[in-house]
Amino acid sequence: MTTFTDPPAESFKLSMLVYDTRYRSITFQILALVAVLLLFGWLTMNTAQNLNDLGKEPSFGFLGESAGYDINQRLIDYSSQSTHLRAAFVGLLNTLLVAAMGCATATVIGVIVGVLRLSGNWLVARLMTVYVEIFRNVPVLMWIVLCMAILIEAMPAPSAFRGDNPDATMKLFDTIAITNRGVYIPEPLFSRSLGNLHIGTAFDISINLLAILFVLGVSLWIARDITRRANAKQEATGLRPRTWHTRLAVIVLPTAILLAFLGFHLGYPELKGFNFAGGTYMRNSLIALWLALSLYTAAFIAEIVRAGILAISTGQTEAAAALGLRGNRIMSLVVLPQAMRVIIPPLISQYLNLTKNSSLAIAVGYMDITGTLMGITLNQTGRELETVLLGMLVYLTISLIISGVMNWYNNRVKLVER
Amino acid sequence: MSDTAFDTTPVIAPSALKVSDEVAIEISNMNKWYGSFHVLRDIDLTVHRGERIVIAGPSGSGKSTMIRCINRLEEHQSGKIIVDGTELTSDLKNIDKIRSEVGMCFQHFNLFPHLTILENCTLAPIWVRKTPKKEAVETAMHFLEKVKIPDQANKYPGQLSGGQQQRVAIARSLCMKPRIMLFDEPTSALDPEMIKEVLDTMIELAQEGMTMICVTHEMGFARQVANRVIFMDQGQIVEQNEPEEFFNNPRSERTKLFLSQILGH
Amino acid sequence: MADTHAETVLFVRDTMLPQKEPPLSTVGPLGWARGNLFSGWLNSIITIVAFLFVVNLIAHLLPWFISGTWNANSLTDCRDMMAAAGREQGGACWGVIRERWPQLMFGFYPSELYWRPVLVLVLLFVALAPILFADRTPTKMLGFTMLFPFIGAWLLWGGTIWNPITALLGFVIGYFVFTFLSRVVNAGISLFLAAIAAFVWWSVLSGYVVSGLSAIAPLAIHSVQSREFGGFLLSITIGVTAIMFSLPIGILLALGRRSDLPLVKALCVGFIEFIRGVPLITLLFVASTLLNIFLPPGTNFDIILRVMIMTTLFASAYMAEVVRGGLAALGKGQYEGADSLGLDYWQAQRLIVMPQALKISIPGIVSTFIGVFKDTTLVSIISMFDPLGLANAIRADANWNGIYWELFIFIGAVFFIFCFSMSRYSMYLERKLQTGHR
Repeated sequence: MTTFTDPPAESFKLSMLVYDTRYRSITFQILALVAVLLLFGWLTMNTAQNLNDLGKEPSFGFLGESAGYDINQRLIDYSSQSTHLRAAFVGLLNTLLVAAMGCATATVIGVIVGVLRLSGNWLVARLMTVYVEIFRNVPVLMWIVLCMAILIEAMPAPSAFRGDNPDATMKLFDTIAITNRGVYIPEPLFSRSLGNLHIGTAFDISINLLAILFVLGVSLWIARDITRRANAKQEATGLRPRTWHTRLAVIVLPTAILLAFLGFHLGYPELKGFNFAGGTYMRNSLIALWLALSLYTAAFIAEIVRAGILAISTGQTEAAAALGLRGNRIMSLVVLPQAMRVIIPPLISQYLNLTKNSSLAIAVGYMDITGTLMGITLNQTGRELETVLLGMLVYLTISLIISGVMNWYNNRVKLVER
Repeated sequence: MSDTAFDTTPVIAPSALKVSDEVAIEISNMNKWYGSFHVLRDIDLTVHRGERIVIAGPSGSGKSTMIRCINRLEEHQSGKIIVDGTELTSDLKNIDKIRSEVGMCFQHFNLFPHLTILENCTLAPIWVRKTPKKEAVETAMHFLEKVKIPDQANKYPGQLSGGQQQRVAIARSLCMKPRIMLFDEPTSALDPEMIKEVLDTMIELAQEGMTMICVTHEMGFARQVANRVIFMDQGQIVEQNEPEEFFNNPRSERTKLFLSQILGH
Repeated sequence: MADTHAETVLFVRDTMLPQKEPPLSTVGPLGWARGNLFSGWLNSIITIVAFLFVVNLIAHLLPWFISGTWNANSLTDCRDMMAAAGREQGGACWGVIRERWPQLMFGFYPSELYWRPVLVLVLLFVALAPILFADRTPTKMLGFTMLFPFIGAWLLWGGTIWNPITALLGFVIGYFVFTFLSRVVNAGISLFLAAIAAFVWWSVLSGYVVSGLSAIAPLAIHSVQSREFGGFLLSITIGVTAIMFSLPIGILLALGRRSDLPLVKALCVGFIEFIRGVPLITLLFVASTLLNIFLPPGTNFDIILRVMIMTTLFASAYMAEVVRGGLAALGKGQYEGADSLGLDYWQAQRLIVMPQALKISIPGIVSTFIGVFKDTTLVSIISMFDPLGLANAIRADANWNGIYWELFIFIGAVFFIFCFSMSRYSMYLERKLQTGHR
């Protein structure tokens, strides 16, 4: 027997559940759990009862049924005989398409505007401030609807392009047609095809595209290697060789040769009858959504960029200047690496906002995931519960992936900091 | 004031330090305005190579602005500044040349927080002087040893104390092998116990014959190291003299008032 | 020269130099223009290009704006007027705003009752005054601020006066239960029990009380249906409600997210991340299609109320993150200080932590408010007639088919005024609190 004995156990009193720090937290958590379970149970019971009354068994079987509606803006093959699932997938791709296009242009515009807002030129800085304030303080939905209205009402009808002396002409050396039905831009065509790659039975991917992507990837990798070698040479001799022309050549030439081999040419839109044919057709809804989301988000990105650059104290620039560094080197070696840490996290959350805002596509009839799954599919099948929950799940997944990337970046940067 | 910081440091005889006839900096009739405020008024100053000049004066008297004009962190509006025979104009080439000859230490150190100590020290030699990296690292380690923190080379500035950071800042400037060093209140953002380590480094630098211009309130340092003390007030040079004379026998009323305030307690 | 400069070094200034005027090229409008517009040739070119752009823009827009078609009754009417005035390049048809602005403001609210929403708006500003300008208004006005939601709701929807009074009574009951119980048990439990008491009052007893009191004293004003709400009235009603409720809910969620209790924390994190991960429009779909499925069979409550609930939840999640940022910025010492004074959790939050955390989060809170107000336009997608919904309806009208700039400029300008003044106010508040702090 040991000589140590436990202190005599206190007699358990009910009040200890609340006042004893050992039990207190458990008591509260159990209470909370019970409350939440009760709430969920109540909601589920109601839902089951209601669905039963309506005669709708919850089921996702409708996804396999034929959709029966057309989607006019799509990235993969789709017809009205395709399933609701495929329609939803087309919608998802459309969401990702407009989100990617929007993020790219919003970043470009936002960075330019943000930098110009800090410009020493008073007039330019003021103009940029006006832009930022106007776009930030008016709802994005209004910008979307307004862009759509302008495209529909103010652009010429295809018929205006007809005749010997037409009211409207194609832009940019007769390659782009902007009409009230949408914009026609030249499409990339290949006279030699390497065939298609079949993934299951659902998707075909052109091998031409894969080959181009592959060559481009290899070129980029080689270009990076050239940079690395330049770094090594600078380390060894102190002199940095000029590399931009070789890098440019390495990136452009192989892809150009491959394109020539595949017989790459552009298919221009042409007026055939009452409408344009040929070329890539971008519907008004896509253009309006893209334009409005880009301009709106760019205003926020501009503020982020401005704040990021302002966050770097003038002392940093002065110290670098006192060491003899020139303006562009100060920017690339001292200011930007620091500003990036301040800029990138809120920038990514703007990307997330843009992606979520792209769900407003439904206001202009762009067929994104909201328009297909939570729009027409919902109306046709009457499956409100399933479609809305599924749609939310899709957005939630996209959001979680984006915030995962952000956390990864934050952690990586933080490691360098300390 | 931390005059006590010098108890252990051997006094250098001013005669031990050579001042040559060669002119390092020549400022003549320089004026500067902030908007309509006249910050620097008719500044005339000639600095010879090897001189150690301390500039004192109440805050807002234009001391910092004056030395910041010397490497054109501030632009002067009239008059001439000639550094090492090169006149400071808006010509970028001249500015570059002067900046790589003139090192500077700031009140708030201004180390680059995203770079390690070593990278802070090698950045300018690599990109401005086009030194091979190996050589730059060797130089950097040499100067880090000199300021007595070689073991911190791979840490980031945020991990160092203020005194250590200021010493790194000095080493960073020295890596460019400057012929003139400017110090803009290098110790006023530091805790008393760290002031000594920074001043010791500066004294060592002076002993090696570096041309130095220091804006500082460390009067002990001025007595010990400077060969000239300049007193500025209201944007003009009011009095200059040898340290002993300056402290023991100030001539102008303003200088007397200033010294009584700064040494009075 | 000698090693020391004893003879040459001495310099004493006898007379101080006076301030001199700076060279003309650096001051005055000329100096300003040189510094800010024409410093260097590139800058000069940019300035000229930008200037030409602005002049060109104004030259085109100004004639368009002052087109003198205020009295037109339709788009064709307006075009005739412009043709008669010999305006070739066209102009704005402001007639649509003259004709439809009551609708854009009030939706289908009965026109003889317009005074009610207007009065509510005025009262809203009165109620906001003690919050917005705390140092210049008497504290007693806060009492009116507390009453405002009940008065406002009654004036907007009308009906018997006993409805808001019994609703208010619920809070009074809850408050008394809380003060009574908190002397006996701890604050968290008494808050919980008080909430239950109030809930019982609202859901079970108040209905009888209202019908009883209405029978005795039928004090009522003409009641207005929710579907008659529209335009900015609808936006502001939804926006203000969501803003009002999202702050307290957001604070609770933020505290929950920082809680030591893993389950509470998990629930709050789950809720916040879920809401922030989905677009508002999907939540509005839930409001319009699913909420009735989740509730007991036969419940069918007002669509505006459902939208308000969803918008509030949406705003709360964002608010929680903003407040959490403020809490994170607060040092650990504040918590330890509060603990060492013997304050309990809720006291510490109320007296020490929140005042500081909220002050730090003001910019974030206001930008969330602005976001919520802008997001109220999304209700047009679920066929409610907010300004954008009405704009679509007006554009579909035969008289105004083809009009868009005028409508959207008007709507955009109203939104801009609201949102811009909110953001300016937050800047003012930030500055004021900062200087007050030091």
